Amino acid sequence: MTTTIEKVIVAPEEPQQSVLRQSVLRRPKETTGVWSWFTTVDHKKIAILYGATALIFFVIAGIEALLIRLQLAGPNGSVLTAAQYNTLFTMHGTTMVFLVGMPLAVAFGNYLIPLQIGARDVAFPRLNMFGFLVFLFGGLFLYSGFFLGGAPNGGWFGYTPLTSAPMDAGFLPGRGPDFWTIGLIMLGVGSVTSGINFVVTILNMRAPGMTLMRMPVFVWMMLVVAFLTVFAIPAVTAALIMVFFDRNFATNFFVAAQGGDPLLYQHLFWLFGHPEVYILILPGMGIVSEILPVFARKPLFGYSVIVFSGIAIGFLGWGVWAHHMFATGLGPVAVSAFSLATFLIAIPTGVKIFNWLGTVWGGSVRLKTPMLFALGFIAMFTLGGLSGVTHAIVPADTQQTDTYYVVAHFHYVLFGGLVFAIFGGFAYWWPKVFGKMLNEKMGKITFWLMLIGFNMTFFPMHFLGLQGQPRRTYTYAANMGWDKLNLLVTVGGFIIALSVAVFLVNVIVTTVKGEVAPEDPWDARTLEWSIPSPAPEYNFAKVPQVKARDDFWHRKYTEDDQGRLVLRPSDTADYQGAVEERVDGHDIHLPSPSYYPLVVTLGMPVLAYAAVFKEPLLVIPGMLLLLFGIYAWAIEPGTEEH
Amino acid sequence: MKEPKIGRRSYRLPTAAFVAGFSVFLGACSNENGQNSLSPKGPAAQTIHNLFIPVLIVAIVIGIAIIAATFYVALRFRHREGRSDNPKQIHGNSMLEIGWTIVPALILAVIAVPTVSTIFALAERPTGPDVLVVDASGKQWWWQFELGKQPMVPSNIVTSTELHIPVNTKVLVRLHSDNAIHSFWIPELAGKKDVMPARTNEVVLEASAPGTFLGACAEYCGLSHANMRMRVIASSMADWEAWRDDQIGGPAQAYTGDVAQLTGATYGCTNCHIFDNSAKTTYGPNLTHLASRTTFAGGTYELNRENLTRWVMDAPSMIAMQSKDCRLPPPATCVGMPSFIKNTPKGQPVMTQSDADAIVSYLLGET
Amino acid sequence: MSETTLPDLAHALESEISIHGHADTNTGATNTKLGMWVFLSSECLFFGGFISAYLLYKGRIVSGPTPQDVYNIPFTSVTSFILLMSSLTMVLALASIQRGDHRRFRIWLFATALFGAVFIGGQIYEFTEFYREGLSLSENVFGSSFFVLTGLHGAHVTAGIIWLLTLWGMSMQNKLHVQDSERVEIAGLYWHFVDVVWIVIFTVVYLIPT
Ligand code: HEA
Ligand code: HEA
Ligand code: CUA
Ligand SMILES: [Cu+2]
Repeated sequence: MTTTIEKVIVAPEEPQQSVLRQSVLRRPKETTGVWSWFTTVDHKKIAILYGATALIFFVIAGIEALLIRLQLAGPNGSVLTAAQYNTLFTMHGTTMVFLVGMPLAVAFGNYLIPLQIGARDVAFPRLNMFGFLVFLFGGLFLYSGFFLGGAPNGGWFGYTPLTSAPMDAGFLPGRGPDFWTIGLIMLGVGSVTSGINFVVTILNMRAPGMTLMRMPVFVWMMLVVAFLTVFAIPAVTAALIMVFFDRNFATNFFVAAQGGDPLLYQHLFWLFGHPEVYILILPGMGIVSEILPVFARKPLFGYSVIVFSGIAIGFLGWGVWAHHMFATGLGPVAVSAFSLATFLIAIPTGVKIFNWLGTVWGGSVRLKTPMLFALGFIAMFTLGGLSGVTHAIVPADTQQTDTYYVVAHFHYVLFGGLVFAIFGGFAYWWPKVFGKMLNEKMGKITFWLMLIGFNMTFFPMHFLGLQGQPRRTYTYAANMGWDKLNLLVTVGGFIIALSVAVFLVNVIVTTVKGEVAPEDPWDARTLEWSIPSPAPEYNFAKVPQVKARDDFWHRKYTEDDQGRLVLRPSDTADYQGAVEERVDGHDIHLPSPSYYPLVVTLGMPVLAYAAVFKEPLLVIPGMLLLLFGIYAWAIEPGTEEH
Repeated sequence: MKEPKIGRRSYRLPTAAFVAGFSVFLGACSNENGQNSLSPKGPAAQTIHNLFIPVLIVAIVIGIAIIAATFYVALRFRHREGRSDNPKQIHGNSMLEIGWTIVPALILAVIAVPTVSTIFALAERPTGPDVLVVDASGKQWWWQFELGKQPMVPSNIVTSTELHIPVNTKVLVRLHSDNAIHSFWIPELAGKKDVMPARTNEVVLEASAPGTFLGACAEYCGLSHANMRMRVIASSMADWEAWRDDQIGGPAQAYTGDVAQLTGATYGCTNCHIFDNSAKTTYGPNLTHLASRTTFAGGTYELNRENLTRWVMDAPSMIAMQSKDCRLPPPATCVGMPSFIKNTPKGQPVMTQSDADAIVSYLLGET
Repeated sequence: MSETTLPDLAHALESEISIHGHADTNTGATNTKLGMWVFLSSECLFFGGFISAYLLYKGRIVSGPTPQDVYNIPFTSVTSFILLMSSLTMVLALASIQRGDHRRFRIWLFATALFGAVFIGGQIYEFTEFYREGLSLSENVFGSSFFVLTGLHGAHVTAGIIWLLTLWGMSMQNKLHVQDSERVEIAGLYWHFVDVVWIVIFTVVYLIPT
């Protein structure tokens, strides 16, 4: 087979004289060096930016959690004041959901979607960078509240009228809710753009032969997540705008004396909030579905059922939001309906759990770090899901809601689900992304410490909640009988921190002197493993032609008549294509770096501060940056001719 | 703990874990802290308990089964030297997949029936002359209870933090808020009900035996949410009637002279509180029968001379409040009591120890 | 594996990466167009939030003017009709540039922007009129939900006008060619969407009685 380096790649489709070819600023050319990280449009670099930033926020939110735990380690804690505690749990929850969970999913999506569908980039490379920068600035903006008159302190779901009451009503000290509403609106813009980008990339840019039902499950789950994001975020944006107006422009959306209804906010928030929890977990489910078959050396059990139940979860997720409002007095009929709808979600989720177990069943299981995390996910997420089902029992939930029992539920699904999957994903794709193998021993230590610490932290919370400890309380009395379990919880929290620290050490040590990763260290199944590690800038020297689900696997293996795995003889054409030949890819034409995502995004925090401080003078530079950036972006071509 | 950590035998560990977990569970049930939802003391809480426990057991069984299965597949099919590396490639099995769709669906269908019937049963609203109706209001950050004129209560009673009820009597609590959302929760008597500014929710309490049942505000309502506690004191009908008659009668001692001067003109306490009439609601807690309560300040502090003196002089040092300026006049919401020794309200003198002692003596009914 | 087709396929994929790529995509729609559709469907939920707030609060006016007190249905019908017409001119503008008829294109495009501007003018007049009659953002829930809903719609129309005028200016400088007609199409999609949203708002907010 001869090597074909495509010369056609310079896109000839547009006439050169078009004025649209011009750019206002000199086009950045650098693809390496510090500055390149501000102007890059390469989905892989952007993915690393997302991942690194989100990890930093994870450590920050984790330290916030540790402070919370120190305060609660014993009764009448004196580590934090009430005001500090309220700020910390708000920022812990807000950070974990919006600055850790969602961006980490976007990080994985960004890196893997193009590679897994055989594309060279996402549909809108510059918009991709814009999404990242909005996330970065939005996060910095939220945290700047700590220095500029009050970080958010209204809880991660910011119920009205607590948050919508004007500052001088005195419910919450400081400007917290202003930073919170504006910051979240900003982050929402970033999430919607990355959602749109993923939808279009997946629907439009698959390599030849990559039909929808051949897509890796991870890509499928990201497609569902992208749709959920695009439809869910606007609901909360609308609600946040109302909150901001009530607080600053004396509107009456949530002013009861004027006929406003605080429940409207709750409906809008949870109409977003419940799909949001599936936005957080479905990427994890995708990651697990990639890891299990590789380390069991068996195909995913019931691929289409797993895909369809993911879609079903996406749909059902829209019909259950009021299960967060069982105590608000909706009336027995509404409450029963939402209870039953919530039950339904357990069914497709259960199907996934059983199919994953079926995948491992009868396999040849290698308990490498990624596999440990994936198996941990199955067990721990199930516990979280089951406590979720007990929440759906409305009368029981009136005892559980707003107690540590709920805190236990959502940490089981978020940490035992999302975080376990993410750490599994790190271990699994690290070699592909950075070209170095993570240390296996340290990986296993991370896993076991995390599993033990996690259960020690969150399992006792079930009991604490049922014994009456309300959440969001900075203190409790000594005679409530909660002190021993709370101490255990705190110790567990520090064990988790230790496990994260081991992971970070692992990263540093292996970056400095790790084993260089081969292109296919796990004997994996999907296309990203057919290219070098780390993935070259152009991804695929030759655009792959997909002939089967798990195409790369089928290039390496076939089945004998008993359905057992057999290596393809190495002289067949298919085998030859397994690992792509090394070709010089520098002819391949890629989207060029650009300044404008940065320019546009710089305008946003300026406008955001203008809103928080009601400073009309700031509006002008903000709008100018924004308009100039958009205009220059629009007339700049996506790809610069050589 | 329920989860096995590290292990070789996949069956024994879960069993041991189950036993361990179950004993912790039993320990939790027996926590007599007065606020334990696992230890119901009234019919509503009992109904909920009877629904929850069987579902919880089903959940525990499923949870253990999945954990055990995870361990089993991981260890049983673990790759070992010499074992074939080329397992049979199974792509799925429709019968199995239909099976594990239907079985959970059936389990859930079975759970759904008692769930819905309990929802409707608990939504029933008691009526009649033998029902005590109480209006509870969530304030920033304390509870006010108003027992309006009704067959069981000959004239209005307003109190705070402690709600007295007779045993084996249905108490219909109507919930109000003129500020943020709170949630009314007495775990051993009933589930939560949110206290919404825009609407009046109701919750039914009934205690099967005399006792003190603790409760807390369960919805985050701002700075001092954690300090918004309360207690329900259930006593025999006779005892309750004695309490009621005592409340309806005037204050323990005459509210005149020095005390009236101090709380009125000098420190302006009467802007927010009332001292001589238990029938009226006010901006801050009605203090007429303060001495009859065991706790104050959102149930955070025991009612004694030392605590009360400190409170009268410098409340913000005891509970987080945003009360530098008292935001008068109503209907502004009260978000706390000012300090009378630091940052005193405009135009007021710094409170002296002897003035504070005089006020506290009056409040405690001492002479 | 036939080698001859590979370069073609590579090329097809390559053009997808380019922002101005042609429709060699899996769905047949270009990335930009598909992206616009997804964005607009997201916007539906955004407006949906405010429309539900308005509907919820319709019957809850505690004090101050009610819709019946301030609405001037004939006036708003006229401006709404003008906005509706702008969709028609938008269609004509797109058809013209696709034919390469730049002169007509400019006329129709300018007319579209102009109609939009007339609508916005009407809205500003309406807002000041309502304000004079005692309806303000903070007067009652009607004021809050009405002004925020229609104001955000007005902001969308304004953004659309700026967009259209930018395209018009480019065309006047001969910088917009037949092969750029998809840019016009995308702007048109947005414009029609904003128009349809107004039809919903007009029906639900103005016409359905309390
Ligand atoms: C990743 C995030 C995530 C996920 C996936 C879920 C999944 C589920 N959640 Fe959870 N939830 C949260 C995050 C999440 N949740 C958060 C953050 C909150 C709190 C918000 C706040 O107040 O701050 C919350 C709160 C919350 C509540 C409100 C509690 C309250 O405030 O009172 C409820 C009520 O019904 C609920 C239910 C469920 C259910 C039924 C599922 C289901 O999807 C679970 C389905 C899975 C299983 C059931 C396990 C596997 C199934 C089987 C093995 C089959 C056999 C099972 C049976 C037959 C039962 N959740
Ligand atoms: C993805 C989501 C996520 C994750 C991963 C976590 C992780 C943790 N959470 Fe989180 N939590 C939420 C989402 C999450 N949480 C949400 C949404 C809320 C609700 C907020 C609200 O009510 O508004 C909440 C609320 C919440 C509460 C309740 C507060 C209250 O109601 O008063 C508590 C209390 O214990 C808690 C604890 C923890 C702990 C100990 C961890 C740990 O697992 C964290 C472990 C991580 C680390 C520790 C980082 C590692 C750090 C290092 C390696 C550096 C080493 C540094 C030192 C040792 C100092 N969380
Ligand atoms: Cu009141 Cu919390
Ligand atoms: Cu939910």
